[in-house]
Amino acid sequence: MLVTGVARQLGGRFVRRIQRDPEVDRVVAVDAVRPEHHLGGADFVEADIRQPTIARVLAESGADTVVHLDVTGTPLGGGGRASLKETNVIGTMQLLGACQKSPNIRRLVVKSSTNVYGSASRDPAVFTESTPPKSLPSGGFAKDTVEVEGYVRGFARRRPDVAVCVLRFANILGPAADSPLASYFALPVLPTVFGYDPRLQFVHEDDVIDVLRIGAHEPRRGTLNSGTFNVAGDGVLLLSQCSRRLGRPTVPLLLPAVTWAGSLMRTLGMSDFSPEQIRLLTHGRVVATDQMRETLGFTPKYSTAETFADFVRSRGPGLLPPETVARAVDRIAALPVPGSGHVPAHGAD
Amino acid sequence: MADAKVIPFDDDHRSRGSAASRRRGAAGRRQGAARPAGVGEVQPLPGTAAAREDDPVTGEDEPPRERAADGEGGDGGLERRIASGLAFLRRRLTGDYAVDDFGYDEELTDQVLMSLLRPMYEKYFRVEVKGVENIPSEGGALIVANHSGTVPVDGLMMQVAVHDHHPAGRHLRLLAADLVFVLPVVNELARKLGHTLACAEDAERLLAQGELVGVMPEGFKGIGKPFSERYKLQRFGRGGFVSTALRHGAPIVPCSIVGAEEIYPMIGNAKTLARLLGFPYFPLTPTFPWLGPLGAIPLPTKWTIQFGEPIPTDGYPPEAAEDPMLMFNLTDQVREQIQHSLYKLLVQRRSVFF
Repeated sequence: MLVTGVARQLGGRFVRRIQRDPEVDRVVAVDAVRPEHHLGGADFVEADIRQPTIARVLAESGADTVVHLDVTGTPLGGGGRASLKETNVIGTMQLLGACQKSPNIRRLVVKSSTNVYGSASRDPAVFTESTPPKSLPSGGFAKDTVEVEGYVRGFARRRPDVAVCVLRFANILGPAADSPLASYFALPVLPTVFGYDPRLQFVHEDDVIDVLRIGAHEPRRGTLNSGTFNVAGDGVLLLSQCSRRLGRPTVPLLLPAVTWAGSLMRTLGMSDFSPEQIRLLTHGRVVATDQMRETLGFTPKYSTAETFADFVRSRGPGLLPPETVARAVDRIAALPVPGSGHVPAHGAD
Repeated sequence: MADAKVIPFDDDHRSRGSAASRRRGAAGRRQGAARPAGVGEVQPLPGTAAAREDDPVTGEDEPPRERAADGEGGDGGLERRIASGLAFLRRRLTGDYAVDDFGYDEELTDQVLMSLLRPMYEKYFRVEVKGVENIPSEGGALIVANHSGTVPVDGLMMQVAVHDHHPAGRHLRLLAADLVFVLPVVNELARKLGHTLACAEDAERLLAQGELVGVMPEGFKGIGKPFSERYKLQRFGRGGFVSTALRHGAPIVPCSIVGAEEIYPMIGNAKTLARLLGFPYFPLTPTFPWLGPLGAIPLPTKWTIQFGEPIPTDGYPPEAAEDPMLMFNLTDQVREQIQHSLYKLLVQRRSVFF
C-alpha cells in the first residue's frame, strides 16, 4: 500500500493505524517533507508527488492500493497557496499518471472534500453525491478539489479494473485538526457575516481514519466501496451554536466588509481566509450521507455535535465559556422575583 | 378540540365591529385554545391552589380564573413562566439546542417566532381558518396555496394557522423563493422557521421525511400582481409540485387565502428601481413609498384561510410523474379548486376589513 501526504497529522495517524490491519503487508509512506511524527513500521520515502519520481516509487513499491491524502487546504510549513495548489492538482495528475502505468494497482482511495459542491444561496438545502453545484468554486482549495475529482474520474474511465473510491469529507475536526475551519474557531472573537447563520457539518478525525480504512480494503459483504461518497457526522450545527458552545463571542460584519477584510488579510499574508471559506460561513453546507451508510456500509461514531464537543474539549475555553453563561443565568434565576408576591404569600401561610 | 378552535370566529356576527366586544371575542378564543395548557400549568402547583383559596374571585366561574392564569395574576404561573423562560434562555445562550438538516429550529419557532407572529395573526388580520381537518394528521402532504399581497405575509400566516389549529400540532415547512435566501437576516429567520428553497430536491426530501410541505406555485407572478388582478390565480409555474407529490404519493391539499390581496394594494410597479435593487418588482401602493415607513404598514384586512379537500396522488403508476398530460390535468384541477373556493369565500365575505 502506498500512502501520500503522510507528513500531516491525519496521514500519519492513518499510516500507523492501517499497519495493524491484517490485510496490509507493507506500507510505503510518501511525502515531500519528512514527518515530525513517527510512522510506525512504515517505510518512508521522501518524494515530491509533483515530480515524475513518484512513478518510480510506485513501481518499486509494487503497491496494489494507493491512498491519496495529499489534497489539503492548508499549506504545510512555509509553502504558500501556489505550492499548495500545485501539490493538490499537479501532484494528483502525476500520481494518477503513475497509477495508470502500474500493472499491480487494484484500488485507489482519494481524499476529497464537500467543498466541491460550493456554497450558494440557490443551492438545495442538502447535497447528495449527484447534486450539481449551482456555482462552481472560483478558486482556492474548493476549485482544487473539483479539478482533482475531474482527473480521478478520467482515471477511473481509463482504468476500469481499478476500484476508485472518492471520499468527500465534510469539515474535519478533532483534537489534532489543522483545517482552515479549525484555525477559524481558534480566533478569540469569531467574525461572522451579519444576517446569515450557516449550517455546518463536521466529521471526526477518528471517523476519517475508519472510513479511509474501509475504502482501502476489500469491500465487506453487501457493501461496495468504489464510487463517490459524502462523509459527514449526523446532524447539523449552526455557526451561532458553534460559537456559543465554544464560548467565543461573534462579531457580525456586513458581507462586503467580510469579503474586503478577507482579501486584505490574504494580501498581507496574515491568514488564508479564502473566498470559499467566507461563502461557507455565509450560506453553509449540508450533505446527505445515505450513500455512505447504505452502499459503503459506514456509520460514523461521532455525530456533528459530538465531533464539535470533542474539538471544544481539546481547545480549552474561550472568552465566554458556556458554563459561565449558564451560571450567570442561574444566578438571575435565583434572584427574588420583584412584584410576584409569591414570597409574602408563603409567609402569610 | 377541533370545534373549539372554530368557535371564536363565529361570534364575529355579534361583535358588530365594536372594539370592546371584539376584544372579548379574542379573549374567548385564546381561552379556548389555551385552556388545556392553562389547566395543566396551574393544577399541579400546591402553592397556587392555596393562593387561589385566599382569592375571593377564583373558583366561582371559568373566565376570571382563566384570566388570572392568563394575565399573569397567578403567582405560581408567573414564577413557572419565568423559570421556563430562564431555562430557555440558558439553553439558547449555551447553544444547547438542535436544528434539523434544513436549519429548522423547532424550539425557537414554537417559543419565540410564533409568539411574535401570533398578534399579527389573531389581532391584526383576525385570521379565520376553515377545513383544517383536511390536512392529514401524519405523513407527507403538500399544501398548495394562492400567493398574494406584495410581501409574502400570507405564507407566514398559513404557517401560524397550521401550527395553532391543527389537532396533531403539525409544523408547516414552506418552500420559499430564492430571493429569501439571498437577503441577510431574512434568510436566517426563514431557515429557523423551517422554510427552505423551492426546489424539487428539498421538497422531495421533506416529503420523504413525512413533513407537511407548503408551496405557493404562483411565485412572484402571484405576489407581485397589480391590485386590479386580485384573486385571479396566475399560472402555476411548470407544475413541478405535482410531480414531486406524485413521486411520494403525497396528497395535495389546496388552500385558499382571502384577505392577503388587499394588505398592500399595488397600484404601480417601479420597474427601473426594482431592477436596480435586484428585486422582481418594486411595489407602489397608495401609501408606499409616499408616507415612508408609515406607508409600509399593511392594511388591517380580515383574512380567511380555507384548506380544501385533499387530492390523492397515490393511485398512479410510478411513471406517472413523468407524464406531462397528467401533470397538466392535476395542476389544473388543483388550480381550479383553489380558484373556485376563492370565489366562494369572496361571495361570503361581507367586507374587506370585517
